[in-house]
Amino acid sequence: MTIPDLDRRIIAATTGGLPLTPAPFAEVAGWLGISEDTVIDRMAAMQGAGVIRRVAIAPNHYALGLTANGMSVWDIDDARAIDLGAQVGALSFVSHCYLRPRADGWPYNLFAMIHGHNRDEVEALRTQIATLLGPSCRASDILYSTRILKKTGLRLTEGGL
Amino acid sequence: MTPLRRTPLTPDALDSTDRAILNRMQDGLPLVPYPFAALAQDLGLDEDALIARIQAMREIGAITRFGPFYDAEAMGGAFCLCAMAVPATRFDAVMTLVNAHPEVAHNYERTHRLNMWFVLACEKAAQIRQTADRIEREAGLPVLLFPKEHEFFIGFKVTA
Repeated sequence: MTIPDLDRRIIAATTGGLPLTPAPFAEVAGWLGISEDTVIDRMAAMQGAGVIRRVAIAPNHYALGLTANGMSVWDIDDARAIDLGAQVGALSFVSHCYLRPRADGWPYNLFAMIHGHNRDEVEALRTQIATLLGPSCRASDILYSTRILKKTGLRLTEGGL
Repeated sequence: MTPLRRTPLTPDALDSTDRAILNRMQDGLPLVPYPFAALAQDLGLDEDALIARIQAMREIGAITRFGPFYDAEAMGGAFCLCAMAVPATRFDAVMTLVNAHPEVAHNYERTHRLNMWFVLACEKAAQIRQTADRIEREAGLPVLLFPKEHEFFIGFKVTA
């Protein structure tokens, strides 16, 4: 997808966030020397195209007590993977949910990041997913992160797996 | 930018109005000239009070960001989750050579035989395989690629 130059300028101006003022889009418009209507129209178009997922606040999971997370992985019957993956992704405690290819020694095709207040809670939520998947799941595991080895400002994404 | 707070706030740091704001505003704001005014009414606040509370929650680290969430892939970038099984004795050396690649956006140590998981972020899809090949040669270890085949809609919400 090619992004029009005007959209690129709006993106560059807002990747760090919007100003906390009553009329944030007018302020962005002022930075760029364009009209408020143009900013709103372009952002609405980008939202329609999926370039913008939403305009919202991001709460800090850690500050709100969600300090434990685990990457749960599941070997799901391919015929049911899309249907079951959609149900797992819709769970309120799953922040990322993808189908990925299996690999040698890696039978898992569904990845779901689980967040909880502690590891026991994450394990309980993992059991909840196992129940939902039922016999369509042949094997599963969960990987906890023990160390962040690198984290750069990938500010355009929501921070993937 | 202030570093991300990684410890929980005390339970009394936020009142019920703050929590209602957090819960409501994760869902997205309308793209209208005065988005806070539109929401403030629903929350039983006036516009200034709503903005002041968001500001205060940002200052104590309850909110990390306010603004549009862009989908980097929709904008044309290429991303791929990768994993390696790194022997414990070589872990730090391999970590150093992996992290030295600017394409490595983040990297986590995880509890598994595949103990190093990183995301490659490149401009073009072909560069993913090339970068992974370079890392394989440097480390003398296989790099497994786990590209997204399907992304599911996410219902995730932090209940404040």
